[in-house]
Amino acid sequence: MNKRSQATYTDKTVPYTLGEIEQGAPCCIPEPVLRIQDLSVGYGNKTVLSRVSLDIHKGCITALIGPSGCGKTSFLSTLNRLTDHHEDARVSGHILFDGVDLLHDRVDTLKLRRRIGMIFQKPNPFPLSIWRNLDLPLKEHGVRERKVRQHKIEKALRDVGLWEEVSDRLDTSALSLSGGQQQRLCIARALVLEPEILLMDEPCSALDPLSSGVVEELIMRLSGRYTVVIVTHNLAQARRVANYAGFFWMTERVGTLVEFGQCQHLFETPTHELTAAYISGVRG
Amino acid sequence: MADRLFAWSMSTCAFLVVLSLLWVLGDVVTEGLPHISWTFLFSAPENAGRAGGIAPILVSTFWILLIALVVALPIGLSVAVWLSEFAPVNSRFANNTGIVLDILAGVPSIVYGLFGNAFFSIYLGMGFSLLSGGLTLACMILPIFVRTCESGLRAVNNDWRRGALSLGMTKSAAIWHIILPGARPALVAGLILGLGRATAETAALLYTSGYVDRMPGSLLDSGRALSVHIYDLSMNVTGGDTAAYASALVLVILIMTLSILAQGMVDRWFKRRLVVS
Ligand SMILES: Nc1ncnc2c1ncn2[C@@H]1O[C@H](COP(=O)(O)OP(=O)(O)OP(=O)(O)O)[C@@H](O)[C@H]1O
Ligand SMILES: [Mg+2]
Repeated sequence: MNKRSQATYTDKTVPYTLGEIEQGAPCCIPEPVLRIQDLSVGYGNKTVLSRVSLDIHKGCITALIGPSGCGKTSFLSTLNRLTDHHEDARVSGHILFDGVDLLHDRVDTLKLRRRIGMIFQKPNPFPLSIWRNLDLPLKEHGVRERKVRQHKIEKALRDVGLWEEVSDRLDTSALSLSGGQQQRLCIARALVLEPEILLMDEPCSALDPLSSGVVEELIMRLSGRYTVVIVTHNLAQARRVANYAGFFWMTERVGTLVEFGQCQHLFETPTHELTAAYISGVRG
Repeated sequence: MADRLFAWSMSTCAFLVVLSLLWVLGDVVTEGLPHISWTFLFSAPENAGRAGGIAPILVSTFWILLIALVVALPIGLSVAVWLSEFAPVNSRFANNTGIVLDILAGVPSIVYGLFGNAFFSIYLGMGFSLLSGGLTLACMILPIFVRTCESGLRAVNNDWRRGALSLGMTKSAAIWHIILPGARPALVAGLILGLGRATAETAALLYTSGYVDRMPGSLLDSGRALSVHIYDLSMNVTGGDTAAYASALVLVILIMTLSILAQGMVDRWFKRRLVVS
């Protein structure tokens, strides 16, 4: 990456308005927002993911599937630079976001993570009140006026369908919510910062089937307005929600991307025999 | 059958422990309570403590404890946060710091007294003073305070750290708003443990704050702490037993009050952080 585009990236303040987010581009025009090139991840001297290249398309849902330990979580964590906080993690390759390599040292990771949010497998609401769970990140990102925060919080809670359920007890602890509600709160907490991309690491796998269904529906509603990258072990779910799908596999204990393409193609006419075997073996 | 025998012997042990505690407490209360009065609390000791009260001693105790806390709390908390949140996983320096803290936590208090005397009183020229005593106590309670807080911080759910970071919060914001409140019970425990040890300390203070029983005029004056007073009355003053018992009762009440206060203050402080926006 050349120096100039670096500077424009880090200096850029994100021009959000609530109205703009509402619409969002539909997914049918493929326009990559993240171009991942030759990405490798390792911990210490052990490589866990080798030379992954793929494009994440704007406004689409991209599902990543594959067996345990093939590096899906590690892959997601590089996209918002959470790997920075693993001391022994090594990341190489390029991830182009807005024409800039986000793996570059000079990228402001705090701003980056505001634009690329992340949801984890286990719901992790902070041990604060429901309100403060959303208020805190906004304050940390310098949204000073209380009115504005209030507006954004209400909107985020409505977006995840929690507003009706919790608006009368915003001051109670977020930990008193059910698992499914907690996960939706975590999604709201990411949405309140109005990110462009949401990374979701098995967001439904710790939930009961009913809550899981609610969250899944929510994810589908997010498409178009947000770009979603979701890791899931539930093939049926991947098939239901995703526009694009990638299949990771381990070859000689190192994770690789075996196949990537339109979700329908990958599930119905996989080109790689490993993909075909995995899809038919682990019936979804 | 074996289970019932086991349970029975366990509950007997528990009963014995409670009984002996009650015994000691009852002894102190029955011997000390009749002697406690406003005059006892608010007048100066006379006749080497056989008569009069403990007013200057309470004042000295207060200042010594305050100095110890004001010094040990911020330093201890910083060290604990550094050890659990910032020190690299395999850092030799951090590991060695931990080992040294563990050793220091086990060092008898009289050694702290000798150190405090040599360092604060003589080397830094503070003499026998409240300041010297307070600083010595700060050194003494630091290791256990740091270790308790550190283990509490480490036990805080790691998902919260990742959650905060992935929202683009700085590490310090995460620590301040989420990790520290999350470790509240351990922080309270560390505080109460330290306070209790400091309040009950005698040996370390003999060499540092001394045993002058006059009302201290400044922090550089020598002053007698409550525990030193009790020690002196019961060991060196014939006929000082009733006053010693009364002082002991005051000490017990003081420690209990401080614990409750510490708990309440920390709780209130964190509650505000937790709920209000
Ligand atoms: N912080 C770390 N330090 C060392 N090794 C790690 C670390 N995190 C993950 N690994 C290793 O990297 C490999 C890939 O892990 P990762 O969590 O990315 O897999 P995954 O595909 O998400 O698996 P799962 O489906 O079980 O969540 C595993 O072998 C794991 O042991
Ligand atoms: Mg994973």
